[in-house]
Amino acid sequence: MTTSFIVHDKADTVGVVVVEDVQPGKDLTGWIMETDETITLKSLDPVPLGHKIALRDIKSGDTVLKYGHDVGRAVADIGKGRHVHVHNLKTKRW
Amino acid sequence: MARYEFYGYRRENGRVGIRNHVIILPLDDLSNAAAEAVANNIKGTLALPHAYGRLQFGEDLELHFRTLIGTGCNPNVAACVVIGIEPGWTGRVVEGIAATGKPVAGFSIETNGDISTIAAASRKAQEFVQGATEKQRERCFIEDLFVSAKCGESDTTSGLGSCPTVGNLIDKLDPLHVTTCFGETSELTGAEVVCASRAASKQVADKFMQVFNAYQEVIDRHKTSDLSESQPTKGNIAGGLTTIEEKAFGNLQKIGKKAKFIDVLKPAEAPAKGPGLYYMDTSSAAAECVTLQAAAGFVVHLFPTGQGNVIGNPIEPVIKLTANPRTARTMREHIDLDVSGLLRREMNLDEAGDRLIDIMLRTCNGRLTCAEALGHREFVMTKLYQSA
Repeated sequence: MTTSFIVHDKADTVGVVVVEDVQPGKDLTGWIMETDETITLKSLDPVPLGHKIALRDIKSGDTVLKYGHDVGRAVADIGKGRHVHVHNLKTKRW
Repeated sequence: MARYEFYGYRRENGRVGIRNHVIILPLDDLSNAAAEAVANNIKGTLALPHAYGRLQFGEDLELHFRTLIGTGCNPNVAACVVIGIEPGWTGRVVEGIAATGKPVAGFSIETNGDISTIAAASRKAQEFVQGATEKQRERCFIEDLFVSAKCGESDTTSGLGSCPTVGNLIDKLDPLHVTTCFGETSELTGAEVVCASRAASKQVADKFMQVFNAYQEVIDRHKTSDLSESQPTKGNIAGGLTTIEEKAFGNLQKIGKKAKFIDVLKPAEAPAKGPGLYYMDTSSAAAECVTLQAAAGFVVHLFPTGQGNVIGNPIEPVIKLTANPRTARTMREHIDLDVSGLLRREMNLDEAGDRLIDIMLRTCNGRLTCAEALGHREFVMTKLYQSA
């Protein structure tokens, strides 16, 4: 099965889409690198290659985790399977 | 394990280069025209025009000299002609480069004019290039190499594939006494504590945090926004990177999982603590960073890219690798190593690291990088503040 998204760390709340054709409603297979696990997820948005997809429901104000670390703060509620980017995630620095 | 070897140019001071450039180095912006005229007259020489060198002062002036002298001292340079508007500062650069024992000569324009200066400098450049072209490559070993790393136009595939590939190479070469370097101070924002934990001692970690905090103060003083579209860049954002923290953790993958950095270097400062991994305080702009690393004596550069940065450097070959399958396909002429197989799980990181070592050694043996073949020679001096 094609790996459509990759997750760095088991604790991460987002994964990275690594194929060019993710459309809403598509069943995706993902790979967690840290644990070498395979997971599945249904996309709810078109997500371009290299962009992030929410692995679980994230509430506005929540810290988003990638590489097992804090990579910023959600500024809107983000449903599982949604596109995560500058419209709903901001830096906590600067 | 077989000892990695390559054929390089051993210089008068024992350091090893992988290229054999004769450079025409202007001291200042005013001398660019003469330097370019000399390089046009004498085939096989290379002028390095730049924008600065007048009325600089203090630490900024010291950095200007360190960058020019360091560029001339780089072992990829066989010989150097320096041209400046006046003899004093020109002589200071010549003297700095002469310490390596390599051929160097200075020419100044005031009281001579461009045409006489160009004639005299061209005669010397011809002598240097004919001498340099007789120099033979000889067998060298991996511990003779100084390798720098910096990524650009990163995207999320950089943190997933191309940066960890460089990290894998560093994990393999650090125990073999190779001298390596990473930098990009602003681009560790959010990952600075993790980075500090990779220092070889508390003293080095403290030195790193001092440099990091000083850079943050510069950003805080001048910022008018959260820097989105500058750091991360517009290209980073197009590639899916959202915040500086996310970009920083991707960037940090370049130092692998094991190596500890043994010192923190000022911009363009040459490593002085023996083989090992060094951190250098640099801008995260590609050409500025690589120019500083080349001036510190690094001879080959590893450059992971996501969206496809096209940078090169006039004296330090820049090897580009990408894990982004679209970039590998659409910008093929810029990519020396495609590791997008990592994302398809067709290769593992260990294999990717070995491929990078292979292409690096082939480059050291003389293979032109994509950036060299395409004529990318970005020489960009870092300026710390306004001139007087």
